[in-house]
Amino acid sequence: MLGLVVRRIVSTVPVMGIVALFVFSLLYIAPGDPAAVIAGDQASPADVEKIRQGLGLDRPFLVRFGGWFWGILQGDLGTSIFTGLPVTALIGQRIEPTLSLMVLTILLSVSVAVPLGVLAAWKAGTAVDRLVMAFAVLGFSIPVFVVGYLLAYVFALELDWLPVQGYTPIGKGLWPWFENLILPSLTLGCVYIALIARITRASMLEVLQQDYVRTARAKGVGQPTILFVHALKNAAVPIVTVIGIGVALLIGGAVVTESVFALPGLGRLTVDAILRRDYPVIQGVVLLFSFVYVLINLAIDLIYTLIDPRIRY
Amino acid sequence: MNAPSASAGPADAVIAEPLPDVIPYRRPLTGVLGLVRQNKALAFGLALIITMILVAVLAPYLWTVDPTALATSRRTRPPSELNWFGTDMLGRDIYSRVVYGTRVSLTVGFSVALCASVIGLAIGLVSGMVRWADGIIMRFVDGIMSIPPILLAVALMALTRGSIENVIIAITVAESPRVARLVRGVVLSLREQPYVEAAVAAGTRAPMIILRHILPNTLAPMIVQATYICASAMITEAILSFIGAGVPPITPSWGNIMAEGRTLWQVKPFIVAFPALFLSVTVLAVNLVGDGLRDALDPRLAKSL
Repeated sequence: MLGLVVRRIVSTVPVMGIVALFVFSLLYIAPGDPAAVIAGDQASPADVEKIRQGLGLDRPFLVRFGGWFWGILQGDLGTSIFTGLPVTALIGQRIEPTLSLMVLTILLSVSVAVPLGVLAAWKAGTAVDRLVMAFAVLGFSIPVFVVGYLLAYVFALELDWLPVQGYTPIGKGLWPWFENLILPSLTLGCVYIALIARITRASMLEVLQQDYVRTARAKGVGQPTILFVHALKNAAVPIVTVIGIGVALLIGGAVVTESVFALPGLGRLTVDAILRRDYPVIQGVVLLFSFVYVLINLAIDLIYTLIDPRIRY
Repeated sequence: MNAPSASAGPADAVIAEPLPDVIPYRRPLTGVLGLVRQNKALAFGLALIITMILVAVLAPYLWTVDPTALATSRRTRPPSELNWFGTDMLGRDIYSRVVYGTRVSLTVGFSVALCASVIGLAIGLVSGMVRWADGIIMRFVDGIMSIPPILLAVALMALTRGSIENVIIAITVAESPRVARLVRGVVLSLREQPYVEAAVAAGTRAPMIILRHILPNTLAPMIVQATYICASAMITEAILSFIGAGVPPITPSWGNIMAEGRTLWQVKPFIVAFPALFLSVTVLAVNLVGDGLRDALDPRLAKSL
């Protein structure tokens, strides 16, 4: 068992290496000369050359990649061209809203989507099922900013139930924090809910046809117990998988959601960095998000063995 | 079509009168027409897409004005008889911009679907057929797939200047690995099929096996995947433009119009609303077609979703 876990963990190393190589190449081929930017407008070509040698920019690609990767392993993501601050510091300043948004969205989405999917599978073929599935198709089709503006317009502007925009740190109280994040989480969760509900329904439909479900029903087990204990447990693997894969959607969506709701998170940092062509920051954020995504899916693979003892690597 | 009834003895079977064709035989509808008949959602989606294509092609004749014409005296006017969808911050007619924006969205959606399919197919075929290359290619595909697609497209756009070609390339790079994975999976399962083994045993050369036995069977799942990629590319294009990393701001694209309305959306919601509506309806149409094709072409996948 331990050997399997270790092997699975080790298998993420090449993937992460390739992500790092890819992201590094991005900066490598990026237009503009960091040495010239650092040297400033008044620098002579000789000065620029000196800085370039000082930074090691004249060394070959793989040597630079090695040096850069070594820096990352020590927690150094480089320095922002625009602000002059370390990228890790910038990320540190902005991580709380994004992390809050993501965690709340995942919790909210899973607790809405799984029951919806179970309901649809239980009532398969009825109007309830069709309604849930119609919602799923809509959720896939309506882009995240459209959902965002729609929700903000109805619940914040028209009904005035919730704040329109902004973020309150969790340190200033749980309710203000939560109040500001409800609409962004619903916005971001829309696609995610659609995705999870759809997979839950499909997976449940398959399991509900199994003999042991019929047996449970025959011996008089109540419907909720059948659905949530007998069936859902056995339908869990694809659902958990898609919860992990869907995080990619959340990461992409967070960039937009933070723009719509003016949340000062990593998404805003990315957008600002793009507008200013601040490559080290873009690189750092992409790298961070990708590693988080790989780690989440690694965790999910490991959770499999807990849910389903039949799975072996 | 019914065989003559079995009660007719062997003696008179030879001279049995042909049954009168009360109901003339109708070949079951196959192909696109048959699909459309059977699946209302697919028909609806297809009709919407055709309408959108017409809107894109006929944009100059749909009572539009120059979508880039400025009218600084008529800024942020609400919808009226003169400007059906109102005007934006520079006084440009939003209706015209939205109608012309259809071109950008459809071009990006269809181009990315096509390019990603071709590239993904090539990578997937090589990976599925050439054993020694499989490991290396799949590590790279896994690596790229672990960068969230929108983020990857954003990062690539940051490297180049905004143009519709670059947007297409960036989204294609982000989407191709998905196709490659899919095709590789299909190829790997097809390789084990008895008829492929038979072809190998009969001495058929590899290119012929790929062309005749493997490729046709990858088409169905690939077409379904291509429609989903088309939908997702349209959304990604709008997102790129919305955050300022897409097509140049002067180009009328739905994402750009929304980006321009972003700061004013609380007071002038119509600027954001109309492009948002068009984008949602178009993506919905493509998704409906995708679902319909999936149900029709790939019953096994349909069951699993």
